[in-house]
Amino acid sequence: MGLLTLIVLLPLLGFLVNGLAGNRLGKRFVSVVGCGLPAIAFAVTVKCFLDLQAGGWAPLAETAYAWAVVGQSSFEIAFWFDRLTAVMALVVTGVGTLIHIYSIGYMHEDKSYARYFAYLNLFLFFMLLLVLGKSLLVLFVGWEGVGLASYLLIGFWFGDMEKAAAGKKAFVFNRIGDAGFLLGMFAIYSALGTFDMPAINAAFMGASTPAVSASLVGILLFIGATGKSAQIPLYVWLPDAMAGPTPVSALIHAATMVTAGVYLVARMSGIYLHAPEASTIIAAVGALTALMAATIAIAQDDIKKVLAYSTVSQLGFMFVALGVGAYGVAIFHVYTHAFFKACLFLGAGSVIHAMSGEQDIKKMGGLGRKIPITFVTFAVATAAISGIPPLAGFFSKDEILWYALASGRGGSVLLFAVMAFTALLTAFYMFRLFWLTFMGAPRMAKEVEHHVHESPASMTGVLVVLAVLSAVGGFLSIPHFLEPMLPLPETMAAMQPYHYWVMGGSIAIAATGLAGAIWFFAGDASRAGAIRAGFAGVYRVLSNKYYIDELYDRLFGRPLVWISDAVFLRLGDRMIIDGTLNGLASVAQRAAGRLSRVQTGSLHKYAFLVLVGMVASFVWMWTHG
Amino acid sequence: MDKVQVLQFVAAALFALGLTGVVIRRNVLVMLMCMELMLNGVNLSLVTFAHAMGSAVGAVLVFLIFVVATAEIAVAIPIVLLLVRRKRTLDVGSFSDLKG
Amino acid sequence: MADSTILSLVLYLPVAGFLAIAALPAGRDALVRALTLGAMLVQFALSLVLYAHFDPAVPGLQASTQVAWIPAWGVTYYIGLDGYNILLVLLTTFLGPLVTAGAFSAITKDVKLFYAMVFLIQFAMLGTFVAQDLFLFYLFWETMLIPMFLLIGIWGGERRIYATIKFFLYTAFGSILMLAAVIYLVYSLQQTTGVISFAFADLYKVRLPLEAQKWLLAAFALSFAIKVPMVPFHTWLPDAHVEAPTAGSVILAGVLLKMGTYGFLKLGFPLFPDATLLATPILSTLAVVSIVYGACLALVQNDIKKIIAYSSISHLGYVMLGLVSLDLLGIQGAIVQMVSHGLVAAGLFLMVGMIYERCHTRELAAYGGLAKVLPVYSVFFMILTLASVGLPTTSGFTGEFLALLGAFNAGWRQWQGGSIYALIVAGVAVTGVVLGALYMLRFAQHFLFGAERVPHGPVADLNLREVSILAALAAAVFWLGLFPDSAMKRTELAAREYQQLVSAPRTPAPTRLTGTPPLEAAR
Repeated sequence: MGLLTLIVLLPLLGFLVNGLAGNRLGKRFVSVVGCGLPAIAFAVTVKCFLDLQAGGWAPLAETAYAWAVVGQSSFEIAFWFDRLTAVMALVVTGVGTLIHIYSIGYMHEDKSYARYFAYLNLFLFFMLLLVLGKSLLVLFVGWEGVGLASYLLIGFWFGDMEKAAAGKKAFVFNRIGDAGFLLGMFAIYSALGTFDMPAINAAFMGASTPAVSASLVGILLFIGATGKSAQIPLYVWLPDAMAGPTPVSALIHAATMVTAGVYLVARMSGIYLHAPEASTIIAAVGALTALMAATIAIAQDDIKKVLAYSTVSQLGFMFVALGVGAYGVAIFHVYTHAFFKACLFLGAGSVIHAMSGEQDIKKMGGLGRKIPITFVTFAVATAAISGIPPLAGFFSKDEILWYALASGRGGSVLLFAVMAFTALLTAFYMFRLFWLTFMGAPRMAKEVEHHVHESPASMTGVLVVLAVLSAVGGFLSIPHFLEPMLPLPETMAAMQPYHYWVMGGSIAIAATGLAGAIWFFAGDASRAGAIRAGFAGVYRVLSNKYYIDELYDRLFGRPLVWISDAVFLRLGDRMIIDGTLNGLASVAQRAAGRLSRVQTGSLHKYAFLVLVGMVASFVWMWTHG
Repeated sequence: MDKVQVLQFVAAALFALGLTGVVIRRNVLVMLMCMELMLNGVNLSLVTFAHAMGSAVGAVLVFLIFVVATAEIAVAIPIVLLLVRRKRTLDVGSFSDLKG
Repeated sequence: MADSTILSLVLYLPVAGFLAIAALPAGRDALVRALTLGAMLVQFALSLVLYAHFDPAVPGLQASTQVAWIPAWGVTYYIGLDGYNILLVLLTTFLGPLVTAGAFSAITKDVKLFYAMVFLIQFAMLGTFVAQDLFLFYLFWETMLIPMFLLIGIWGGERRIYATIKFFLYTAFGSILMLAAVIYLVYSLQQTTGVISFAFADLYKVRLPLEAQKWLLAAFALSFAIKVPMVPFHTWLPDAHVEAPTAGSVILAGVLLKMGTYGFLKLGFPLFPDATLLATPILSTLAVVSIVYGACLALVQNDIKKIIAYSSISHLGYVMLGLVSLDLLGIQGAIVQMVSHGLVAAGLFLMVGMIYERCHTRELAAYGGLAKVLPVYSVFFMILTLASVGLPTTSGFTGEFLALLGAFNAGWRQWQGGSIYALIVAGVAVTGVVLGALYMLRFAQHFLFGAERVPHGPVADLNLREVSILAALAAAVFWLGLFPDSAMKRTELAAREYQQLVSAPRTPAPTRLTGTPPLEAAR
């Protein structure tokens, strides 16, 4: 069995073992298997990376088996390991393993410990299928599979109907995106006859134009990406997904699953390089999503919801980078975002753990002294996401801002302005979150305050590792590493002189955001309170997320149910179809009833009829000789 | 009008009278008697033709009809008796259980 | 032992079983159950042997038996296995023991008669699939009606009489039209070639004028469309499923509905290719309507059996879409989807039966939080739900994906040729995947999650018998989802043959007198 297949199968083994036997074999066994197998997968991934490097960066390929052979077309389960896959796989297995270790401490009291680790391993299996897959088919299997794992994990505490409903919402919205994805896949197949991604890219990059419009395919695949990566219009499941355990939010809804859409577009760069309309749409949707989510985040009070909207917003940044052709930069942001967002979410988990389950930041405050490790790591991660140099987020965000302005494939001042403003908002709401949670005077209830304690080593250790990665990760220049396969776009000559201005500007934005947050929320946050009171309407719209969920319900949810019930069921099935049938049956019955009146039971009438019949037949015989 | 024709008219008249009787009369026994009348009309017609054409076939057929008629009466009278015993009337109109 | 002998054994074992349990004295219920289960397991084992011996590279029939039966009418007793029916035979014999075991605790009165009916239905269904002579096919087709009628009518629910009469009349009506068409078809064969024969191989060669083809296709299609069922001939299905006992629903959804699609695949379309090509837009539209309409209706049901019934209508829409696409991918997908639906729907009905035995209600609102109370049950329920939704790694994905891909492919080619309709139809069909997730997850949501609500509780989780049944089904679902190639290899030649038969025009060559140009040139 090849190494790539082994990477994929290790977490699957963990799922099967923990799922079937975990309950009986005790927590320690489950922890060892549940964290050990992903760790081994990470080690194997590193080995493959070294093999890749030793082989002069020629991609590794492996075919596991042929899934179906129909005529000329053969659908194979095959894996592929090139530079892009290496980055993604290392992030997935590495950060994944860390979050598994964190879960040992976080889920220690939970009754369904084994089930949790089984699902988490299942997720890892599908995510690895997604990033290691060589054909769109294998990617799609992983794509849907992570949706399943997400459903199971968001609704993990299914006794609460709301949490279960959040899981269903995630699955359904992902499915809507998947419908677009499928259409794009089918279009590619109909035109090119293959699902093999390197082959598809080659076809689009080749000399002759393929039989299908790159933009059409690009848009269809992007619809799938909006579902999985929570962009407009399908992002609404992500904030609700916070109902799941916090490590799940960190792993799935920050570091890995939601970046699948970004990975898809980057992987299919061959298509997008030749699809200017699709790229423009991607950039526009990304920018709009980033801005919208950032505005919502500044009005949220639940620590996880702020981070959720922050994720949506950061994903928007990544899509802007993709839209202007800077694919490597987007992956760079995926990589740094995985570190600092995971650190933020896990830190939030640590805070919630310390606060005995409280998630409302209005009831926090002053935690800095009580949970110092969490405080420091959270601070580092917040600084990273705000783009303060030399932390990781600064490098990736700065590159995105630069290409948003200067890329020859769609950069513009407007795009830059929107993204710069969003970056300002990002810094602002993140420091707001940080300040309200950790600084100032405690605002919590006395019993809660007594119980505040630092998390166990399994949790804080991971936080430290992630904080360190958030700090130094940016020095590894992923865009240059990926440049041989994902070339950076040409920058417009007119913008060249402004390169360092942009860099300086992004530092200034981060500092402004920090300062603004402190100015508003330090002390008794009276200035913030005054703004909130003054702009009450705006605040209400923002904290209610622009009422999008309600809009979707009115526009789609309720009409669908109404049509299905009133039109299809009652009118169509019952009244028209069954009505016709039962009507025919009753016509037959009534006709039979009338005809049966001939049977009067009177022998005389019968005899008379015999006579009439006889006479009639004689007459007929006589006339027709 | 020769003898054959007259006899045929008589036979036809017998048959017609019998048929009319079956259709008109309400008394079960009278209906049975009229059916016998019809049979006899047919018999007369057959014998007449047998004599006129000199063929024995008609006569043989008459014997057949005698036998069948006897058998029929042997079955029909008991049925009528049972029916009348149930309904306590000889009126055909009251035997309407097969209605509907 | 020769394969043809094994096939005859497989076919007649139910008859032997029927006679054996008829001979048993009354009151020996346990013996009846054991005997039936034994016979069904042997039958399944034998058909596995047939499956293993089946050679994918040989076109035409294998394991066949052909004996002249009524030579004056051209009727032969002709049975055999080919790519069309091998999977369906395997499915039927696989579900046999599962149905039997599943009914052990559910059926307690007239047990002997019940299993006698099950044997008869098994015989009739297998016969329909392996018959290669139209007379024999029709005979087996009709044989299925009476035992099913009795099954629903005697052991069914409250409105069983209405449901079973509706089922019987609907199906019989279609069959009568089909009989008229069959007679006309054989008559045409005799008129044109002088040979009178009911064998499929001969009938495929009949050349009929387009008008005649249209009427005959309509007659056959009506009969099969009622069986599939396609919208708008589907309303017998919800009633029949809801009122039937669990075993009846499993047989109905698992195999009976496939008789309709098999009829289209083997007879309806290949016999009348020109009319089929003309009717493709209508047929594909009806298929998509089935997919969407069935899914929408499943969304608003509150009776758990009705949800699965309407989901069957939706799933078989994919089969029809694949068959009509005439693309090899679509056809293979359709065949796999037939088998997949048989497994998944059978499994879901068995699970509904298990919960009904415990809680005695089919109302969705009466249940809640079963995942906590019945964890093993919930795991299997989740697996089957996901298979129904078409999650990759399950058989549902294989079938739906290939069928949709085939339909889209065919639509794309037609778009290149100037008509965009087929492509639009395929596009709408893809939205079916979203609706599928909606109704099944709504079902799972109310059933498994939320506050605990167990009518007539507390109830026990699955016992060993139930777990083995469901484990076997789950294994089959995953096998077909992860390794479909072994099955698809065997059906490939048949799919190709079907594609060729339906694509080749087959109207009579013009006579020299009229001198009209050949219809082929006009197409």
